[in-house]
Amino acid sequence: MKRIYMDHAATTPVRPEVLEAMLPYFSAEFGNPSSVYSWGRSARKALEGARDQVAALLGASPNEIVFTAGGSEGANLAIKGVAWADQNRGRHIITSAIEHHAVLDTVLWLETQGFEVTILPVDEYGLVSPAQVEAALRPDTILVSIMHANNEVGTIQPISEIGAIVRRHGARFHTDAVQTAGSLDLKVDALNVDLLSISAHKFYGPKGVGALYVRKGVRLSPHIHGGGQEKRRRSGTENVAGIVGLAKAFELAQAERETEVPRLTRLRDRLIEGLQRIPNTRVNGSLDSRLPGNVNVCFEYIEGESLLLNLDLRGIAASSGSACTSGSLDPSHVLLAMGLSHEIAHGSLRLTLGRDNTEEDVDFVLQEIPGIVERLRSMSPLYQG
Amino acid sequence: MYSDRVMDHFTNPRNVGEIPDANGVGEVGNARCGDIMKMWIKVENNVITDIKFKTFGCGAAIATSSMITEMAKGKTLEEAEQITNQQVAEALEGLPPVKMHCSNLAADALTAAIADYKKRAAGTSA
Ligand SMILES: Cc1ncc(COP(=O)(O)O)c(C=O)c1O
Ligand SMILES: [Zn+2]
Repeated sequence: MKRIYMDHAATTPVRPEVLEAMLPYFSAEFGNPSSVYSWGRSARKALEGARDQVAALLGASPNEIVFTAGGSEGANLAIKGVAWADQNRGRHIITSAIEHHAVLDTVLWLETQGFEVTILPVDEYGLVSPAQVEAALRPDTILVSIMHANNEVGTIQPISEIGAIVRRHGARFHTDAVQTAGSLDLKVDALNVDLLSISAHKFYGPKGVGALYVRKGVRLSPHIHGGGQEKRRRSGTENVAGIVGLAKAFELAQAERETEVPRLTRLRDRLIEGLQRIPNTRVNGSLDSRLPGNVNVCFEYIEGESLLLNLDLRGIAASSGSACTSGSLDPSHVLLAMGLSHEIAHGSLRLTLGRDNTEEDVDFVLQEIPGIVERLRSMSPLYQG
Repeated sequence: MYSDRVMDHFTNPRNVGEIPDANGVGEVGNARCGDIMKMWIKVENNVITDIKFKTFGCGAAIATSSMITEMAKGKTLEEAEQITNQQVAEALEGLPPVKMHCSNLAADALTAAIADYKKRAAGTSA
C-alpha cells in the first residue's frame, strides 16, 4: 500500500543532504568542542560554523545564538530565563491562549512561582490582536511570548507589529517560531523580537536539537548549570552532529522557500477546496494569514480519532485535535480558544503538507476522505442526514 | 495501540443502525467529552432479540459498542444487565489505559436501554 505522510507539523524526515552533513561528527570527527587537540578543534570549527550559518539566516550575530535540545527547551529557556533574570524589574508575563504547551505550561508554572500572567484571547481565526497586547502591557510587564504561527491551525500572527509595541513598553518579546522556520523569513530585526526559538525536526533536520536567538543585552538566567558552554547560557557538551544538521537543514529550507512556499500553498488550497465540498465542514484558522502547508477542518457529527484510524487504514498519516487523541477529556485548547464548541472541536482533522507531498497525494486524500466521513456519519447518533 | 480484535470491530462494526420499533432506547455520554453511544433494543419474552447502536466517538468507543451488541443479543434482560465494561474490554483483548473513559460507556448504554424498556413496560401494565 502507498503511504502518504501529511503530518509535517508533527515532525519531518531528515533530508539526505542533512544526514550526510551530520555523519562525520558521529565517528571520524567525534571530538569534544572544548578540547584543545585536533579532534576538539575540528568539532569546535563545525559548531561555530553552524552558529555562523544560523546567525546569518536570522540576521543576527553568532554570539546571540544558543543551541538547545529543541523547541520545548528553547521556549523554557527563553521564558524562565528572562523571568528569573528580570524579576526585580517586574513579575508580569503576557502570552496567548493558543500557544504550544511548551510556552503555555511554562508560563502557567511561573504563575505558581509568584509571577502574574495574562493570557490573551484570540479571534475566530486564531489571531492575537496587537491592540489587546498593548492594552495588557503594564509597567511591571517583563516578557511577552506570542507564537509566530500556530501548529494546529496555521494562523500566522502579526509578530512584527506586536514586537514594536512590546519594545515601546520596555518588555522583552519572545516568539515561538518552531512552525515557521521552514517556510517564513525569520530575520529577527524585521520581526522586532528579542528571543526566538526554532527546532530542527520541523524542517527536515534531526529531532532533539534547536536554537534560541537571544538579542544582545537581554539577560537570561540559565537553567542547565555545568561546564559553562554556550557562553554559560546552556551547559553541556554540545550536540555537534545535531547542530550541524540543524544549520544545514535551516539553510536548505530558507534557500528553497521561494519555490517551495508557492508549491505548498497551491497544494494546500487544492486540498482545502476539495474538503470544503463535503457538507457540514468548516475550515479552521485564517485563510489569508496561514502557513503554506496547513489544512485544518472540522467535519461535524464525527470524532477525530475514528477518522484518523480510517485514514491510517488507507495509508494516510494525519492528526486531530480530538480529546481521544490527546489522552484528556478536552479537545484542542486552540480550537476552543477560537470559539468552537466541544462537539465540533472533537471532529477536527489536521493535514500538514511537506516536501514529499505531490498533487497526486492531495487527490488521493480527497478521493478517500468523503467516503470515510459519510460512513462515520451514518454511524453517528448526532447526524440526522 | 489497539488490539486486532478492537480493529476488527472498529472496521467491521456489528449491529450498526437503529431499530424503528425498538421497545428500549438508551443514550449515554455527551459531545463535550467526545463520546456518545445510543443503543436500541427489541425485547420479546424477556429476551433481547435484536440490538443496534450508533456511536459518535473514537476507535475504542465504536469497538466497545459493537462488541457489547454481540454479547447481549439473545440474552435475557437479567443476563444482559450483568455484562460489565470490564468484560467488554476483555472480550476485545484489552484496551489502552487512556481509553477507560470511552470504553466505560458501552455497558452504561445497554443498561440505560434496558431501564428504558422496563420503564415503558411498567407504564403499559399500569
Ligand atoms: C509551535 C511549537 N512549539 C514548540 C514545539 C516543541 O518543539 P520540540 O518538539 O522540538 O520540543 C512544537 C512541536 O511540537 C511546536 O509545534
Ligand atoms: Zn474515546
